Amino acid sequence: MSSRPTSHTFKDNAAKAIQDGGVPRALKNVRQNFIDKRVKAVEALPEFEALRESAKEIKNHTLEHLDLYLERYEQKVKESGGHVHFAVDAAEARAIVLDICRKAGARTVTKGKSMITEEIGLNAHLEANGVVPVETDLGEYIIQLRGEAPSHIIAPAVHLTKDQIEADFRRVHTNLDPKRDLTEKTSLLTEASTMLREKFLVADVGITGANFLIAETGTSVIVTNEGNGDLTQLLPRVHVVVASIEKVVPTLEDTSQILRVLARSATGQEMSVYTTLSTGPRRATDVDGPEEYHVVLLDNGRSAMLGTEFQDMLRCIRCAACMNHCPVYHQIGGHAYGWIYPGPMGSVLTPSLIGVDKAGDLPNASTFCGRCESVCPMKIPLPKMMRHWREREFERNLNPAVARYGLGFWAFFAKKPWLYRLSTRLAAKSMKLLGRNKGSFQSLPGAGAWTQYRDFAVPEGETFQAKWKKRAAK
Amino acid sequence: MPRPEPGAKLRVALFATCLVDIVRPSIGFAAAKLLEQAGCVVEVPAQTCCGQPAFNSGDRRTTQELALQMIEAFEGYDYVVVPSGSCGGMIAKHYPELFADDPGLSGRAEKLASKTFELVSFLTDILGVMKVEASHKGSCTYHDSCSGLRELGIKSQPRRLLGTVDGLDLVEMKDSEVCCGFGGTFAVKYGPISDQIVSEKCANIEASGAKTLLAGDLGCLLNMAGKLSRMGSEIEVRHVAEVLADMANEPAIGKAGEKTA
Repeated sequence: MSSRPTSHTFKDNAAKAIQDGGVPRALKNVRQNFIDKRVKAVEALPEFEALRESAKEIKNHTLEHLDLYLERYEQKVKESGGHVHFAVDAAEARAIVLDICRKAGARTVTKGKSMITEEIGLNAHLEANGVVPVETDLGEYIIQLRGEAPSHIIAPAVHLTKDQIEADFRRVHTNLDPKRDLTEKTSLLTEASTMLREKFLVADVGITGANFLIAETGTSVIVTNEGNGDLTQLLPRVHVVVASIEKVVPTLEDTSQILRVLARSATGQEMSVYTTLSTGPRRATDVDGPEEYHVVLLDNGRSAMLGTEFQDMLRCIRCAACMNHCPVYHQIGGHAYGWIYPGPMGSVLTPSLIGVDKAGDLPNASTFCGRCESVCPMKIPLPKMMRHWREREFERNLNPAVARYGLGFWAFFAKKPWLYRLSTRLAAKSMKLLGRNKGSFQSLPGAGAWTQYRDFAVPEGETFQAKWKKRAAK
Repeated sequence: MPRPEPGAKLRVALFATCLVDIVRPSIGFAAAKLLEQAGCVVEVPAQTCCGQPAFNSGDRRTTQELALQMIEAFEGYDYVVVPSGSCGGMIAKHYPELFADDPGLSGRAEKLASKTFELVSFLTDILGVMKVEASHKGSCTYHDSCSGLRELGIKSQPRRLLGTVDGLDLVEMKDSEVCCGFGGTFAVKYGPISDQIVSEKCANIEASGAKTLLAGDLGCLLNMAGKLSRMGSEIEVRHVAEVLADMANEPAIGKAGEKTA
């Protein structure tokens, strides 16, 4: 697992994924599933559109007063006996978590699914310092075995087939009967649970992410389908929540509003199987729970997005609907994007967090089909923000010279209607001549990037404007 | 926008789009015929491009210059009609945001935006056209181009009018709302990805069993026709206006041959 980006080699990553073919094949099986289930869930809830609007407003309001709500949240966590640590960047967050683990004398930590710990590269840091992190979400567990990063923000191992996972389990779980049957999905799940059970019991620290941080009560909320998050945060002596600052919402009521669009958009469920609220460490009357409760709040570039054209991105609740519906993601999978956040949300967020100079292709590798925005429960204008990134790149001369010259050449003509008409008439005529009696060009000088994959229709020969003029003169 | 008074002759400016202008003028004539049949006076002001390639490449200044050129050429008409959802959407949805900070131009951009429409939805939603006089033999399938569908809400309008074409059998392909992989410069900047997307689209078109593929945007049509042609497919590809105007007598996009009677 790595937090070192390869977004700058996006084109190569994508070409490799396509050539290899395995990822698009694996995705084909699941993507329709996500799409169909979401449609059903949305259709069953007449007020879904109104809820989207209200969810958006809740987050907009929170972001306008983020400092206030963060302070309130911090105060409430402290009142409930917990600790809050602010981390400016990934290094600081890693150091804080390691410090908590050390003070707890931790040798093993269990982890619930958390994209923020992926973002800060926490596992590698813990391992390098003698603490063994164990991922307990099934998907995360699988990719940890493989030493891979997640390829999807809610289904980290979605790029893998069942056969690949079976092979990994047989490779790693060598203490089990080699003749055991692992053909069914449930048998894989059972085996993972068996392996994880002992880890839950020996872990000294449990680390989870958070879907929401509630300012009103100082509560952190996680939604899961496997129940692993609950065991992660209840069994060890210390619970650490690692979350980014924009996860805060004002009230419990706000949380339940947004929850109504979250699972429906993500997996097409009405609610995730588990929605777990944690407020501080175990109280005297509690039957279980951690003795220590810490929250590490990560900024890592987010506060710099406030007040810019990218602020709306901070509304994101990580449901993954955008990538589930993205035609580009479908063909190349998540790893090609080169960092933790793939698909349309990643194409906006990654440049914000690691710098657009290191992720220049991401906002460009979109057809602007707009399907992501149409399914986003928080109504984030993803194509518009990708276009904002393209504008920043253009201003900074970051896009390829060929594209700039091509654009400049075309604009030179397009800005002069008379010259444009003359040159397009010549172009249409000469292409018609060149095409002779053919319907399409299989290759065309200067258009190799097009004709490498598809033919180009031979123009009819005269421009519309020239023909129209003739008609009008008659 | 309210429907025009009955009997009023509307002066409609046809913005053919640069692709239609250069590659397939017959779409422009089909659009003009449909508008004239509906009682409009059609004019074609001198035109180049709406600026979309610059807009989507991040070149805001060039976009503004081209948009201003469009505003000056087209603002004097009752309506501006475009046989393309993406160029129509560019003017109707994005021009106002381009000049939002320019008090001198924002009003003019808004005004042009409010009277600019994609062709088929203009016929149905503004002119109230319920049927067309056209015939077309064989089955057709319709691809929903992204900007038309998601920016302008064009989905039922072309299907409604196609339903009145004599002899035409409309069959739906799987995933008609999924992008064809064109995306303007995307198709050449990210060729391998675009190729995967359009290949899947073409497989769905083939699987529909339709003899003709229709859509409302020439960019998407050139992409799909180009791929179908490369695959050796027999499927004919046309702009929806050609069929609605009963002018599908030019060879289909990318096909050789002579105009038929």
